[in-house]
Amino acid sequence: MKRLQRWHIDIPLFYALLALAGISLLMVYSASAENLTVLVKHVVRLFVGFGILFMVSQIRPEVLRRLAPILFGVGVLLLIAVLGFGIVLKGARRWLGVGGVSFQPAEVMKLALPMMLAWYFARVPLPPNLRQLALAGLITLVPVALIAKQPDLGTAILVLGSGFAMLFLAGMYWRILAALAALVAVAVPYVWTHLHGYQQKRILTLLDPASDPLGAGYHTLQGMIAIGSGGFFGKGWLNSSQAHLDYLPESSTDFIFAVFAEEFGLLGILVLLGIYLFIVYRGFLIAWLAQDSFTRMLAGGLTLVFFFYFFVNVGMVSGILPVVGVPLPLISYGGTAVVTLMAAFGMLMSIHTHRKMTG
Amino acid sequence: MRAGEIRDHLRESRLFGARLTIVASVVVALTGLLFLRLAYIQIVNYRHFATLSQENRVKPVPIPPVRGTIYDRNGVVLAQNYPVLTLEIVPDQVDDMGELLKELGKIVTLNERDLKLFAKQLRERPRFESLTLRTHLTDEEAARFALVRHRWNGAELRARLQRHYPQGALAVHAIGYVGRINEEEADNIDRNTYRGTQHIGKLGIEQSYEDTLLGTVGFEKVETDAHGRAIRVLERIAPVAGRHLHLSLDARMQAIAEQAIGTFKGVAVAMDPKTGAVLAFASNPTYDPNPFVNGIDTDSYTALRESKDKPLLNRALNGQYAPGSTIKSFLGLAALDAGENPAKQITCPGWYALPGSSHHFRCWKKAGHGTVDLHTAVVQSCDVYFYKLAVTLGIERLNSYLAGFGFGSPTGVDIRGESKGALPQPDAKQRRGQPWQPGETVITGIGQGAVLVTPLQLATALSGIANRGLRPQPRLVQAIEDPATHARTPLPPSPMQSSGAYTPEQIEIMVHNLTDVVNGEGGTARSIGWNAPYKIAGKTGTAQVKGVGQAESYVESRTAEHLRDHALFIAFAPVDDPQIAVAVIVENGGHGGSVAAPIARKLMDQYLIGSVNPAIKVVVPNSGDAD
Repeated sequence: MKRLQRWHIDIPLFYALLALAGISLLMVYSASAENLTVLVKHVVRLFVGFGILFMVSQIRPEVLRRLAPILFGVGVLLLIAVLGFGIVLKGARRWLGVGGVSFQPAEVMKLALPMMLAWYFARVPLPPNLRQLALAGLITLVPVALIAKQPDLGTAILVLGSGFAMLFLAGMYWRILAALAALVAVAVPYVWTHLHGYQQKRILTLLDPASDPLGAGYHTLQGMIAIGSGGFFGKGWLNSSQAHLDYLPESSTDFIFAVFAEEFGLLGILVLLGIYLFIVYRGFLIAWLAQDSFTRMLAGGLTLVFFFYFFVNVGMVSGILPVVGVPLPLISYGGTAVVTLMAAFGMLMSIHTHRKMTG
Repeated sequence: MRAGEIRDHLRESRLFGARLTIVASVVVALTGLLFLRLAYIQIVNYRHFATLSQENRVKPVPIPPVRGTIYDRNGVVLAQNYPVLTLEIVPDQVDDMGELLKELGKIVTLNERDLKLFAKQLRERPRFESLTLRTHLTDEEAARFALVRHRWNGAELRARLQRHYPQGALAVHAIGYVGRINEEEADNIDRNTYRGTQHIGKLGIEQSYEDTLLGTVGFEKVETDAHGRAIRVLERIAPVAGRHLHLSLDARMQAIAEQAIGTFKGVAVAMDPKTGAVLAFASNPTYDPNPFVNGIDTDSYTALRESKDKPLLNRALNGQYAPGSTIKSFLGLAALDAGENPAKQITCPGWYALPGSSHHFRCWKKAGHGTVDLHTAVVQSCDVYFYKLAVTLGIERLNSYLAGFGFGSPTGVDIRGESKGALPQPDAKQRRGQPWQPGETVITGIGQGAVLVTPLQLATALSGIANRGLRPQPRLVQAIEDPATHARTPLPPSPMQSSGAYTPEQIEIMVHNLTDVVNGEGGTARSIGWNAPYKIAGKTGTAQVKGVGQAESYVESRTAEHLRDHALFIAFAPVDDPQIAVAVIVENGGHGGSVAAPIARKLMDQYLIGSVNPAIKVVVPNSGDAD
């Protein structure tokens, strides 16, 4: 155990992540209709993920701090590039292809924005004044606008959420918060009219999924059928009829939580929520124990990004949030999110294990 | 850190701690919200979603029942089912129909007719239904298709039970046929009863005994995926096969009748006068019902429909003919009932004129029959005797006597769409502003003019005489067989109706007269009577198709075929214990005695002695003159 610590690994967080990875393997195998090829690919991705976790955790927080503005700048440039000549998939321009490898620059922003804001707030006395808050708000809104333009509503919301969380953690005054809330209330109708048709439809069907069971409400309804039919104990591993008979769309990616709920029931959900809450708890603890402004802001922000992933995904699958393409963190099949999240946990571990014990 | 700004690290740390606490509380609250939501779905709404999940998973797939077989009285199969390999397409699942048809055309033979029929279904039927592209695939075609089946969605090979009429055109007018359910029928049937069944009886027995033949649909509960593909069968409720029908029809007699009528258009109906059981129900020309089962193509159908011989016309059921002299069998009884002395004699000079009129109603025998009593009038078919009788009775009484024998009303046979013929309607005619001419009453006496009968009515009415007054309701089905137990349930005896208040003596007088038509001196049907091993009673008839002017005379050889007289013959045998009654009409055949009577004799021979006397020949009409 001491050896792991020496390699800048936080042991409780590491075990929790391992547990999630284990569940992820079980679920991807089941949701992909027991496809071994998919499973092997997923195992490889998890290995890559843990590799990245290990590498990032070796980087000293001071280096991360210096890297923050560079990473953010590159991220914004990539987002602009993707709007210019990104790959269009399913009506959205999200991917950038470089030498046969394609990736989503928006994913980078999930890390770069908290880093940038942490970097900025470390430079000013907290709580920030109005001018500083406005600047921080601008730093947040530029990438959010670029991502929303792709359009990728799910990621835009996540990034916006993480930016806002950073502002809040930085000590934003309550009266500004109230003013912001009022502004949001005013902005909602404006934003609504600028949403794409399918985005509006997703929000509308959220209110009543049964109104269009074969159209826009189909995802939500089939997800809720999967969850509901799981009951308290679940149908058992590999017994999700909704996924195996193809009723559930995106069963191994965005809707994998529904498969989990169908197979393991509320009991399994209790365990899963427990693991997620523990990870969040551990992240907050790391933030709490962090020794400077940059590291505690970064730790708090990254932990919240992770939580948002989880909350938005489960909320969407269980029908309380609109269907936006957000995977269940570390469980859904798919490469980019694993890389991002593992890098985030790498930073958390770095922050925690590079503390000066004298402090 | 910019110059001039002093950071209070402790304060910042405390502020962050406070904010982190709030954020952590929010995280816990949101997670709690998620948990409550999930618990609500999984615990409170568990039943609802479990049901939806089950419905998603399990679809009932109907298994159509096997339609009942139709047998003749001797067990000869008239309608059955046999499995054929069909290539079917569900349009909804097809990406590019044109491409699919092109590709399938390389694997199985698709002729123009197949494609036309498929295009028709494509227009008329719902897109989620399985439509037939080709039937009767050969094993080789099926194998070729199976090899490449995975390449396309929506095309499937299926073994379907198809209705087949092994006797082809034989008795098509009695049996009818099944065909694909059309839109109008679809609106009128119980959709659940017909789940999985694509055919319905369209005509004849197939139509009228639809409920008996159909059976009860079964179901398979099949686990299906979201694309509707079956994964496995969970439960099966077997269908109940339709019941078999045993007809009283005799396929051999039917064949004899159809062959005897030959290339003529005509009808032969034979029945058991005691029960009304129909033994033969021939209407020529016939047609093969098999192409109708899966939808006949438009060209073939048009050819049938527009043929001048009208093969689609069910002459036995819907042919309405002037009865001609056959009506004398019934009017003879009417005369007796009206109090005419059978021995009373009249004089036949070869014509009849109404008092105060110079118009001559001709007797078929130009020279006249001389002195005629009822016996001679029937045996030699004297028209003048019946002209006078008609005038004596008047049109109203004529009508009521004829109605007593069932004319003017459907017989109630167990086939739908029966015509009821027609009785003279002077009142109706007068209401239309056309006066009823006395001459119309006169010619009703010899079965011309406004009176029209169906062959089935003739056979039934004669059965009434053969049966000494009681007339049966004709029926084609004798018994219904349970396909599981093979138990045969005979239908209850068909209802009998009185033909009128005739005394047994009166009936015996007429039976004697009719017997002499076939057997007596000068009888118009002696040609079939002299060598018969049993006694036949009958009556010939000739029905005019074309009116013959006063100064003209009818010469058959000079008359266009379709305007030539119809030949009629009705008969029953044996006279003392009638077992068969027959009505034969040969359209444009000329004389009842020479053309129609031999056909009747053949049927009676076959039924009563089991073989046909080879000496019996249908005489092709010539210029002979006997009626």
